[in-house]
Amino acid sequence: MEFLSDIASLINSTLRISTPLVFAAMAGIFAERSGVIDFSLEGKMLMAAFVAAVGSYYLGNPWLGLLLAIIVCVCLSMLHGFASVTHKGDQVVSCVAINILIIGLTTALAAAWFGQAGLTPTLNEDQRFLEIHLPFADALRDIPVIGTLYSDILSGHYIFVYLAYLSVPLVFWVVFKTSFGLRLRAVGENPSAVDTAGINVFAMRYKALAINGVLIAFAGAHLSTAVNANFFREMSAGRGYLALAAMIFGKWHPKTALVACLLFGFTDALQIRLQGVELPAIGEIPVQLIQAIPYVLTVVLLAGFVGKAIAPNAIGQPYIKER
Amino acid sequence: MSNIVVDKSKVPWWVSNVIVPLVNLTLALLVSGLFVFIAGENPIEAVKLIIYGSFGYIQGFAYTLYYTTNFIFTGLAFAVAFHCRLFNIGGEGQAYIGGLGVFLVAINLSFLPVPIVWLLAIFGAFLFGAAWAYIPAYLQSKRGSHVVITTIMFSFEAFSGILGIKIRYSPLNLTFLLAIASLFFVWFLVWKTKWGYEMRAVGHNTQAAIYAGISPHKNIIIAMCISGGLAGLLGVNEILGVSHKIQAGFPAGYGFTGIAVALMGRNHPIGILPAAFLFGILYQGGSEVTFEMPNITRYMFVAVQGLIILFSGALENLFRPQIESFFVRRLNREVNA
Repeated sequence: MEFLSDIASLINSTLRISTPLVFAAMAGIFAERSGVIDFSLEGKMLMAAFVAAVGSYYLGNPWLGLLLAIIVCVCLSMLHGFASVTHKGDQVVSCVAINILIIGLTTALAAAWFGQAGLTPTLNEDQRFLEIHLPFADALRDIPVIGTLYSDILSGHYIFVYLAYLSVPLVFWVVFKTSFGLRLRAVGENPSAVDTAGINVFAMRYKALAINGVLIAFAGAHLSTAVNANFFREMSAGRGYLALAAMIFGKWHPKTALVACLLFGFTDALQIRLQGVELPAIGEIPVQLIQAIPYVLTVVLLAGFVGKAIAPNAIGQPYIKER
Repeated sequence: MSNIVVDKSKVPWWVSNVIVPLVNLTLALLVSGLFVFIAGENPIEAVKLIIYGSFGYIQGFAYTLYYTTNFIFTGLAFAVAFHCRLFNIGGEGQAYIGGLGVFLVAINLSFLPVPIVWLLAIFGAFLFGAAWAYIPAYLQSKRGSHVVITTIMFSFEAFSGILGIKIRYSPLNLTFLLAIASLFFVWFLVWKTKWGYEMRAVGHNTQAAIYAGISPHKNIIIAMCISGGLAGLLGVNEILGVSHKIQAGFPAGYGFTGIAVALMGRNHPIGILPAAFLFGILYQGGSEVTFEMPNITRYMFVAVQGLIILFSGALENLFRPQIESFFVRRLNREVNA
């Protein structure tokens, strides 16, 4: 029975840990399907975490913090678009600039405003999102299997967890089943054809980036106003890059990207679980080694053991009208 | 929108290589001033402190040169890879591993005469840095895994591997000369050798390079290994120089600054030297500011770096057409008059 509850808690934390990755991967799909590289997911997630925590602290409501985070992230996406779509600057350089700017700015402002080393004040219960307990969770707990499934795995998550997994079919529908999605994918594959059809390539890419900003804001808010009760420096810890790797691994497709995110989430959950545990024959593995597992896995997966990833055809290239 | 068309051949070199970068730098510094103001301090006072801290006294100036040395290495590292269109943003991790190379040499071979240890340490740093860059390079060239992700992941792995190794060794620091030598080395390698030509060809147009019989795979590997090796040399300066230890958890430090240095210096050794010096001033002067102004932390200067990369890298075309056409028109007028 202990084994079963171990598994349940592992699945539970996998779902929680994967949440920001899922949001970020979905955000990445929108940007990259439109032909704009987005390595700045990392920076935007960090900024969203900062803004959500600070906003929620001052305004006393996590929803307002989330709203602020969405606004700021959309602005950052627009900045990325301004540099790489309008001014045809190098997209990767633009992303790297945004990431470094945000790492510095969030920590510097947190230190300047709150006087602690890159921390924002701890949020109280009114200022953060709380776990949602589904109805009858306690009553059903004792029923074997179904009880565990419902009460220990499905119930008791933050709202972002549910939203993240709901966003996947939504993104799938928008990208593959609507005319907007068709245009979005066309802009990423062959912008000049789309232009010939009378659709504004620049406007499409800006729209895609705006959606990207909204989605990534959820990932940041999840980190600082739900799982944690404050912002701390560099709290995104490479999740933006992991999500991007998951998206590439998932071949720019929501469903497969979700699977990749869950895999990363599971590795991380396992990593946390393994810390300080004595393994038979090997003994205790040093904590640093265990913590490196998700990053090693990213590299291994990216090395393409499941076949080469084919990116949207026009990715990374600024669109130049009338050569 | 930049609709102005400028005939590139008529633009004087100093307009595109000096004036435009300076305008971009000024913009970045103006926005930085705004951030300092938002953080609740006086930007003009901050500038005064930076100048005093970096030039005002002998030790301060020595530190300025010390940081300059680091930034020459990481700037060159980024530039070499960039000429092959590779984004080596993992200079940080390569530098730490390079430091590990120095450490291993210094610990195990300290019975040898000092100059030989130095040479071996430099060799070790280069080798270790290059080795750490080899794997992302291989994955990029053979598997198409983007180096931006793999190099940053390798940085995370490097950090987790080598926390808290300490060492005491020679306080003497000739690494600055090594950095200057590296500038020449890179200039010669990239612009004066066959390999440099091949590498730039791969960066400019991979298809054309393949058609000309140049192997992208080989060039990507070599470019990344030299890039990683140069980043690794930073370890020589760090360990045999001032701090005598490998410091993990210096977040977004030298490696990222190297990107800003390279982009500001337009990926050329002649540009990288003044850019590295400027960042040396910002770093050393910046520590004076953080000491005097309680509201400013080191991270403010990380943000400044981000702004410089933004304005001199991603947004470099923001005012370029306007500035260039302004000068072209002026020069035409002089010719016609």
